[in-house]
Amino acid sequence: MLHSAREPQGGFSFENCQRNAFLESSLKGLRVPHARKTGTTIAGLVFEGGVILGADTRATNDSVVANKNCEKIHFIAPNIYCCGAGVAADAEMTTQLMASNMELHALSTGRKPRVATVSRMLRQMLFRYQGHIGASLIIGGVDITGPHLYSVHPHGSYSHLLFTAMGSGQGPAISVLEDRFKPDMTLEEGQQLVVEAVTAGILEDLGSGSNVDVCVITQAGIKIQRAVSTPAVLSKRSET
Amino acid sequence: MHSAVRMLESSYFGNLPGVGEVHTGTTIMAVEFDGGVVVGSDSRVSAGEAVVNRVFNKLAPLHQRIYCALSGSAADAQAIADMATYQLELHGMELEEPPLVLSAANTVRNITYKYREELSAHLMVAGWDPYEGGQVYGTLEGMLIRQPFAIGGSGSSYIYGYVDATYKPGMSPKECQQFTTNAIALAMGRDGSSGGVIYLVTITAAGTKQEIILGKELPQFYDE
Repeated sequence: MLHSAREPQGGFSFENCQRNAFLESSLKGLRVPHARKTGTTIAGLVFEGGVILGADTRATNDSVVANKNCEKIHFIAPNIYCCGAGVAADAEMTTQLMASNMELHALSTGRKPRVATVSRMLRQMLFRYQGHIGASLIIGGVDITGPHLYSVHPHGSYSHLLFTAMGSGQGPAISVLEDRFKPDMTLEEGQQLVVEAVTAGILEDLGSGSNVDVCVITQAGIKIQRAVSTPAVLSKRSET
Repeated sequence: MHSAVRMLESSYFGNLPGVGEVHTGTTIMAVEFDGGVVVGSDSRVSAGEAVVNRVFNKLAPLHQRIYCALSGSAADAQAIADMATYQLELHGMELEEPPLVLSAANTVRNITYKYREELSAHLMVAGWDPYEGGQVYGTLEGMLIRQPFAIGGSGSSYIYGYVDATYKPGMSPKECQQFTTNAIALAMGRDGSSGGVIYLVTITAAGTKQEIILGKELPQFYDE
């Protein structure tokens, strides 16, 4: 289809993507700077009293660990939190934007925010950007309709599930969840399972590592625990 | 996990999901009977070779007695379904009565046709209204065609022979449900991108009834 050239109207400009691809293919050895990805394991499940989210804390820049203790569980609303995987900057900025919009929305409607609203706002935005915002998110929260868990992919598709895992370590994590998940678990069982799922990702996936962070959301409130578990501890260097 | 950008081709069958992009490689089916329709789907959503959701309900309500079945790119299909639901609700309010199934099919078709270069999804629309009774519409690539029954999705290729041989006009609702279940089960058995459970929705003047057919209850066929 033929389009006349239009003036850029703000927002993302993708004009350099074609140029970068061309440069990479024509100049051997040239590496165009890539956005930093959080090779990640994030997981979440619904238990009898609410939702539990878990995440590892490693952020990678290709094969170098850029941050050994980054926070991947982001605040959206007092009763809704979100784990982010994919491109670090995209996950961070998207969740901040959602948090801001949800506060305004709650003030406008006069009601407490709902998880379904966050999921809908997120996927409509990600769909609009056609996958160029590389954010994979697990949204969990407890609202007036009960506990809910959603996973949203970069192109804007979503799933409403009882347990899920995303990121480069999703394979090991989902295996643990598929094996041991039961509906209506207690908080202790649920937290134990989330930690085990993220641990599986940390141990089996090179892009995930360091500690496990957990966020428990119930009707009563939220509890975030940083570094609940550290599956792989560096051994002490011997004295020489 | 970074999703790759795909180069879109105009043919629906030429689009293969890139690594990381989520697809409802699917089997969907809708059958009309006297007084209503039966709509059915599998429940698998895949991204490359991984199954992202094994219990996804691909039958989305567009209105009280109108459903659509999703296939193709998960994001595109869900986005179209959301847009169509919103437009239909508004249309129903303006009409002050439930919209026609033909209106729903046209709403979906207009979105699919206008953005056919960018989108990669097929939504099948089926429902009941008091004017024409049960109706099934295919909206593949932006056309609008009413059919006595329709199949769609990647798994449908494996069951064209079965449905052509088995369908007869004038089936009862129960026979239609069995026909749909058998066809989808057969497709799930042969198509790698279809699987999980079968969701069935029966729409009549009385309302809509949803059923889920779980693993053990799936019909069994010859298996090596």
